[in-house]
Amino acid sequence: MVTYIIRRLIGALLMLVIVSMVTFSIFFVVPRMAGATSEDFANRYLGKAATAEMAAVAAEKLGFNDPVPVQYGRWIKGVFAGAEYDTGASVEQCPAPCFGYSFVKRQPVWPELIDRIPVTLSLAIGASVIWLLGGVATGVLSALKRGSFFDRAAMSVALAGVSLPIFFTGIVSLVVFSYGMGITAPGGAYTPFEENPAEWAYNLLLPWITLAFLYAASYARLTRAGMLETMGEDYIRTARAKGLPESTVITKHGLRAALTPIVTIFGLDLGLLLGGAVLTETTFSLKGIGDYAVQAIMTNDLPKIMGVTMVAALFVVMASLIVDLLYAVVDPRVRLG
Amino acid sequence: MKKGSALGLTAAGVVLTVGLAACGGGSSQGNQAGQTGGDKASAPAAQEAFNAGVDKVFNPSDAKGGTLKFAISEDWDSVDPGDTYYALSWNLVRIYGRSLVTYTPAPGAEGRKLSPDLAEGLGESSDGGKTWTYKLRAGVKFEDGTPVTSKDVKYAVLRSMDKETFPNGPTYFNDWLDLPKDFKSVYKTPDVNTDSAIETPDDQTIVFHLKKPYAGFDNFAALPGTIPVPQAKDTGVKYREHVIATGPYKFEKVEAGKQYTLVRNENWDQATDPVRKALPDRYEITLGVNADDLDNRIISGDLHVDLAGSGVQPAALGRVLSDPAMKARVDNPTGARTWYTSIIGDVPPLDNVDCRKAIVYGADRVGLQNAYGGEFAGGEIATGLMPPSIGGWKKLDLFPTGTGDAAKAKEALAACGKPEGFETTMAYRADRPKEKATAESLQQALAKVGIKLTLKGYPTSDYFTLYAGKPEFVKKNGIGLATNGWGADWNDGFGFMSQIVDSRTIRASGNYNLSVKDKEVDALVDKAMLETDTAKRDAIWGQIDQMVMERAYVLPSVWSKSVLVRPQGATNVFVTGAFDMYDYLGMGVQQ
Amino acid sequence: MSTPTSFLELRDLRIHFPTDDGLVKSVDGLSYKLERGKTLGIVGESGSGKSVTSLGILGLHKGTRAKISGEIWLDGEELVSASAEHVRRLRGKKMAMIFQDPLSAMHPFYTVGQQIVEAYRIHHKVSKKVARKHAIDMLGRVGIPQPERRVDSYPHEFSGGMRQRAMIAMALSCDPELLIADEPTTALDVTVQAQILDLMRDLQRDFNAALIIITHDLGVVAELSDDILVMYGGKCIEYGTAEDIFERPEHPYTWGLLGSMPRLDREPTERLMPIKGNPPSLINVPAGCAFHPRCAFEGRTGGKADTEVPALLESSGGHLVRCHMPPELRRDIWENEIKPNLESS
Repeated sequence: MVTYIIRRLIGALLMLVIVSMVTFSIFFVVPRMAGATSEDFANRYLGKAATAEMAAVAAEKLGFNDPVPVQYGRWIKGVFAGAEYDTGASVEQCPAPCFGYSFVKRQPVWPELIDRIPVTLSLAIGASVIWLLGGVATGVLSALKRGSFFDRAAMSVALAGVSLPIFFTGIVSLVVFSYGMGITAPGGAYTPFEENPAEWAYNLLLPWITLAFLYAASYARLTRAGMLETMGEDYIRTARAKGLPESTVITKHGLRAALTPIVTIFGLDLGLLLGGAVLTETTFSLKGIGDYAVQAIMTNDLPKIMGVTMVAALFVVMASLIVDLLYAVVDPRVRLG
Repeated sequence: MKKGSALGLTAAGVVLTVGLAACGGGSSQGNQAGQTGGDKASAPAAQEAFNAGVDKVFNPSDAKGGTLKFAISEDWDSVDPGDTYYALSWNLVRIYGRSLVTYTPAPGAEGRKLSPDLAEGLGESSDGGKTWTYKLRAGVKFEDGTPVTSKDVKYAVLRSMDKETFPNGPTYFNDWLDLPKDFKSVYKTPDVNTDSAIETPDDQTIVFHLKKPYAGFDNFAALPGTIPVPQAKDTGVKYREHVIATGPYKFEKVEAGKQYTLVRNENWDQATDPVRKALPDRYEITLGVNADDLDNRIISGDLHVDLAGSGVQPAALGRVLSDPAMKARVDNPTGARTWYTSIIGDVPPLDNVDCRKAIVYGADRVGLQNAYGGEFAGGEIATGLMPPSIGGWKKLDLFPTGTGDAAKAKEALAACGKPEGFETTMAYRADRPKEKATAESLQQALAKVGIKLTLKGYPTSDYFTLYAGKPEFVKKNGIGLATNGWGADWNDGFGFMSQIVDSRTIRASGNYNLSVKDKEVDALVDKAMLETDTAKRDAIWGQIDQMVMERAYVLPSVWSKSVLVRPQGATNVFVTGAFDMYDYLGMGVQQ
Repeated sequence: MSTPTSFLELRDLRIHFPTDDGLVKSVDGLSYKLERGKTLGIVGESGSGKSVTSLGILGLHKGTRAKISGEIWLDGEELVSASAEHVRRLRGKKMAMIFQDPLSAMHPFYTVGQQIVEAYRIHHKVSKKVARKHAIDMLGRVGIPQPERRVDSYPHEFSGGMRQRAMIAMALSCDPELLIADEPTTALDVTVQAQILDLMRDLQRDFNAALIIITHDLGVVAELSDDILVMYGGKCIEYGTAEDIFERPEHPYTWGLLGSMPRLDREPTERLMPIKGNPPSLINVPAGCAFHPRCAFEGRTGGKADTEVPALLESSGGHLVRCHMPPELRRDIWENEIKPNLESS
């Protein structure tokens, strides 16, 4: 088990290195293959009146004149050893892990990322609790009442939930519930949990429900399919033959087995979300990791892109590791070695 | 926050277009964004009407207090006055910073006139327009109580010229001030004497020395770069985290990429400032608000103004224009921005003027207008490159503005020696639906006269640096047409035209002038620069516009208009001719 | 309608399933009796209705779409009309079941011990500790070595035989009076089969339970059963003592079963004699005798094979046969045509 974890951690680290190299290549090497010069790179980060001399100066300052491996090495060095940055008036320290300085905002990336994690975390955790409870409950009921009105209605709603994009449901629900009825917070509202938990929950309620709706829909369908399958298993018949009450049969025997694949998917979904719930964050104007990623890409801000990609990748890699460990706990047939 | 009863919700078919349209309707008793309380129903309700904030002041008032709520869907370059090049930022910066002169807070064309701000009067030129002198007002202080001197202005200007540290702002001072060769920047060469460029004979006087005469220097003096910066408080790139205010408001909280809040600056003295009324107690500026949500919140009264000032999103457009009650809240100004297609003569047969003309004749001008959103959201069909709000503009009538004139186009093709037509490639920004529609409209219209277009979309972020703005790429890929747009730095001929018609500005990449490469045009530009008489100078810019059109270097689509939704619960609402958006300096909150 | 004196009695039990294709008559008029301490073997091909019957006795069709009629009397109580809750309380305690494939029949996520403890504690208000001790005892009794250690193993950690022993331990944990074993040895290899059968015989004697063994393999019931019931197409086609069935079988289907039975005294290379054709459709049951399309002696029924459903008639003391051929003819065919063939092969 311990060796397994160590092996997986090394694998995860390797994965992160590869992700960083690929991301770096996409944004630093591919444009060069398309004919971009160092000055072209620099021009992206200059005002609209930038002259050729300014571009050359900026290219030098931002390090675009160095060979790509050197640029990558400098970035890696920053992550582990920190870096320094010239603000003009003084030289600032960027302690490790320094994911670089935003080319556009000329600020270190890392503190801003850290600052945004609680928002995404709040959004993802709250939403995931709702969709897990709602989706699984709906799925179980649908499976047990297969073919009933409830089943058909729930599955239609679920189909709608999967099909409707969040920027649509989000904006509509804001118009209706926040600006129309005034029962939920307007877009962009966020209060840190530690400041006021009630307000935190109130502000996030609508984003939670909107995001949860999307996921609850697919979880309901997954749970339904899983339940239908497990409830037909021989061991369910055995459980009934033992004289167990039906509720115990459903929860302890049926749901327990049906939930196993859902736990896996849940872990990965949560990991992905922690790396930024892009659409929900932009729809509700929440300043989380996803919103940061959008900004980074829109402004072509390479250090930001690198930083946010690494954070997202870290979440996904960690989530998949945790899922694998969890899977072994949930399903004793899985042995890690 | 309480919601007004005027907000009716239609139960059925709740889509984006439903619900909020019911509010507004000429009543000011809906929800007010300002939370200052008071009996809203008793406030005098100004009459809402289409364009009520264009060319006149809507809901004038001198009442103080309240919070003005601004929001923007993205972010702009910087709040540092030395590092910003966005019109919205130049509009906003005036609430916390005082430049030597500024645009008069007044509606319409009056707003383009300059008023002395930090200076006692407009600039006095000598030496044939090469030397400009300003006297500072007495008693102006920074937010910490330190008096503002001419040295702070000089430092601010010199500092803004350090493009390594401040890459965003304009380069006019770099280009025009007569600096010694060994001066690098205020940080790297602090001891170099810069009196050859800027002198400060005393604390109240500042003298600028230019390399060559320029009659419109007051426009430079209105740049945010002349807003004083105290050297002792300058932190370079990090100054944006705490800009030291000279205007009536100072930063209370700066959360990069999230929110700015500004509160009253006790060290600002109304007696020193004839320009500002300083009505609200507080400004809240939220960044990164979802663009559609932002529109909805302005419509519902939850927010006052979209700081970007570029108009509502397509999602809200239909709603605000189709509902009469909502349309009464719309202001629809024409901006100093032209959307056009460059006709690039580097690529045969477009090196021939008649082939270029064939394109202009063949184009469906109404189709192009529709591509940009039609009459209200797109703008007026442009007959020239220069928009009407620029001094010296005159209406040109060189080409028909209908749905395309095939006969004339064929005539032009024959004159060009290509009676059967020709093929060329058209570039557009792939992620801009309007430009894609423009390209498609042109492709269809020109096919009728035998000109076959191959359309190629490129990403916006690198459009000018790697693709359409890079001559080498353009030639290699045979790009004959490229969609484009340009807005004025300020609303005069120089501010609008100099970057897009002067062939000598063209460099290896990152160009905005894609097609006007004409020595005669360059000569006229030089002539305009030297002309000190404003009316004569304006006339020359008008002449340049005509020449560019006659020689068919560009095919203009529209002079842009924007659909602005007038804020609820705000006073002194008007569109300033300086920026073609609401004036952020004069606006107050309904009390 | 009288209360029967037998421990278990089925009277004209019918279990039908409505489906989109039509009514599936899985069990169609089945009656039999069984006493405590006795063993009944129910033999038939898959789909003959033998498993559906036993699930019906346990009340596991209650709450499904199955339509059940007839009577099931267990120790003086009628179960078809009893409430689902009442039957649930009997399940596991008064009557228990051993399933075919113990790997799929035991929950993979719980230890063997947990599953036995669960079965025990539904019916006995005891602490987990006491129940666990009981589980260890039961595992010991079914011959699992080191039961105090194996109690914490998961089903997949057991061998096939051990798993079936654990399954039996679970079924016996509440000391049931009726034990139904559905293909208890099918999933096991031959030597383990014998061990399990021995175990079941011993346990039945110890617990004095009534035992029903359901199998498609006559060999399994040969050694264990007192009585044997042969099912075909949801109906009983032959019923008698083990001796009746093995020594004097009278139904052509039973003959076929005997012919296809692998026997230890045969050479393994010898060909079995499988019954030709497929089991009948339970929706469109062949007219007349359900077996006639497969019957080699169809021509000797006097033309009634495909027109009349034969009745289940007593041939000799307690030996019931459902066949159109007269008893004398059947005995004659057995003695002269079938038996010599079976023995010579």
